[in-house]
Amino acid sequence: MAVDPPVQRPADPYQPTTAAQAAARGAAGLRGAPHPSEVIAGLRATSNAEDLVQLLSPEGVYTPHEDFPIEVTGELLRGLYRDMVLVRRFDREGNALQRQGQLNIWVPLLGQEAAQIGAGRAMRPKDMAFPSYREHGVAWCRGIDPTELLGIFRGTDQCGWDPKATRFNSYTIVIGNQVLNATGYAMGQRLDGVIGGAADGENEATIAFFGDGATSQGDVHEGMVFAAAFDAPVVFYCQNNQWAISEPVSKQSRVPLWERSTGYGFPGVRIDGNDVLACLAVTRWALEECRSGNGPVMIEAFTYRMDAHTTSDDPTRYRMAAEEEHWKLLDPIQRVKAQLSRQGMADQEFFDSVTAEADELAARFRAHCMAMEKPPPERIFANVYSEPHPQLEAQQAEYLAYLSTFADGGATR
Amino acid sequence: MSGPTPTTTTLAKALNAGLRSAMELDPKVVVMGEDVGKLGGVFRVTDGLQKDFGDHRVIDTPLAESGIIGTAVGLAMRGYRPVTEIQFDGFVFPGFDQIISQVAKITYRTQGAWAMPMVIRIPFGGGIGAVEHHAESPESFFCHIGGLRVVACSTAQDAYDMLKAAIACDDPVVFFEPKRRYWEKGELDTQLNAAAPGGWPAASFSSIVRRPGTDVTVASYGPSMPILTAAADAAAAEGRSLELIDLRTLSPLDLGPVIDSVRRTGRLVVVSEAPLESSITANIAARVTEEAFYSLAAPVIRVAGFDTPYPPSRLEDYYLPDLDKVLDAVDRSLAY
Repeated sequence: MAVDPPVQRPADPYQPTTAAQAAARGAAGLRGAPHPSEVIAGLRATSNAEDLVQLLSPEGVYTPHEDFPIEVTGELLRGLYRDMVLVRRFDREGNALQRQGQLNIWVPLLGQEAAQIGAGRAMRPKDMAFPSYREHGVAWCRGIDPTELLGIFRGTDQCGWDPKATRFNSYTIVIGNQVLNATGYAMGQRLDGVIGGAADGENEATIAFFGDGATSQGDVHEGMVFAAAFDAPVVFYCQNNQWAISEPVSKQSRVPLWERSTGYGFPGVRIDGNDVLACLAVTRWALEECRSGNGPVMIEAFTYRMDAHTTSDDPTRYRMAAEEEHWKLLDPIQRVKAQLSRQGMADQEFFDSVTAEADELAARFRAHCMAMEKPPPERIFANVYSEPHPQLEAQQAEYLAYLSTFADGGATR
Repeated sequence: MSGPTPTTTTLAKALNAGLRSAMELDPKVVVMGEDVGKLGGVFRVTDGLQKDFGDHRVIDTPLAESGIIGTAVGLAMRGYRPVTEIQFDGFVFPGFDQIISQVAKITYRTQGAWAMPMVIRIPFGGGIGAVEHHAESPESFFCHIGGLRVVACSTAQDAYDMLKAAIACDDPVVFFEPKRRYWEKGELDTQLNAAAPGGWPAASFSSIVRRPGTDVTVASYGPSMPILTAAADAAAAEGRSLELIDLRTLSPLDLGPVIDSVRRTGRLVVVSEAPLESSITANIAARVTEEAFYSLAAPVIRVAGFDTPYPPSRLEDYYLPDLDKVLDAVDRSLAY
């Protein structure tokens, strides 16, 4: 059985930085050398992580937390490991497909596997999730096949799954909108009486996913105000990945994000977002608080966006490579692998089998993507309203008639 | 509403009766907005509803329009039929993002998986001597967005029937109420459309000929309709016959009755309080030109607000369409 060497966290990887030093570090060369204030912002973001709830250290050492007990079995850890490896694998494939022109864009989750799998696996079937657009890992936990995510990024659809049946809403691209929608849904759960008094297993909760950038949006504020006013059973799950495209968290907030919950009058917890056990245990607790009528709750999952904002972004223009190197040592998957190995909960055969499964998934993901056809033009006019409308029917008929005047029926369009 | 029908009531009370009837018919109908509960709304349209249906169905919300619309989206996903109130036309803009980005697009985005049965009630238009942001006509903003239905009522009967129809509709409906007509009385027969399944009015959203005529077609909606009636009376005294059309549905348009009418009269005047450019009146002029070009004896003439912010209220009589402006437009149309 292969045991990974314990990873050593550098004592302090950061020094007062000059442009020359930045260049020497290979951040982006002089062209992209960040302004000193940006460096300081990055430093703050990565070092201001006190009060983290952490169960599994970056070295893979498990320490129980008295407030968030969780039974750590080999089965649980192997499952979480498999989830994270598979999700990372198809996420990397998404990047590759974009580079090869098969996707218009991909939104990578690299580095946030634990934050998403922990939260996703904490949900029960009846709980409802409202994602932003990076929650591929949560989608995975809701039983959505990764291929169903592709249409959005290939441009063949805007939601490839059934948000009702999966209890995973469509991706929401306007920053923060979904937080209000989630709050409203949770208000509905309260009106329906499926919190508190309902029989065990019947209680429900809602979880809203958003990022550090979204915390500046009015909708997130209003969502928290409404949730507090109506005791809505909603978990506000903020993945603080330190960067809103090029803007560091310091541009969004003077205080740690989780502390904002105090201002709204409900509890907030900051967790190590790269520790899948902390994410799972604390989200389980938060959802149960909501189900039992003690919502809302805010969680700040302190993590890091290891890749670009999207495949259209270039992080070398605004952040230090050293920062990424630091976070590499905090990898969410390696620490689980270390724990599994150390505890004898998994052998090489297991790790190999997960790798093989990941490769198979990636191949299937790729093949599916490349076979996705452009939808017919009629799709433009479908589902604008709940029933066909004469005005749109007329526009469609006119356009199809126009297309039919081309020799190829407009197929090359 | 109890007692004999038809009865005479104000437009605001007809809306109240429509809300009450919808709430009685469907326990999933919830009313939400600022001051809609104990106060009964600043225009009293929701008067008494919280007392009778409870504060879980008539919800006083925090003072945040995006919050009202955004949480209504979640409630609609949960199976409710939220009827939201925006207190004044000029206050809808904090909620505009949710309306445009989510409300209008969710059914389309999810290819029909989510319906979005919500009503956004907006008192609109000027003529009440109000301060800034309380007299606007923002309907065109919403007409530009596929996925929304935009309607405006002008009579007590329509207030009742159209509001119930909007609540029964599985699409989001932006429901414009002519605030300066809230206290004007009209006939209301709550049984008129009650024969439909479940007691919901069968009337879909459509344009209607309010008064037949032969010389000039005049079309409008909401607060300007009484002006059209006065204009038709005045024109009749001069031997001119105006055909009046209440558009009622602003998007998608029901243009059929307008086209039919123009084919008979050859002349069209369109009236609206909203600014002139990129407006409903502009759209109707374009559509009629496309679809009834050879029937037109004159260009489509528009009576509308100016392309300015809404003026201080002491100036609003200059700004708003009125009897003289409509008659002048009719004269200009007939002069061709």
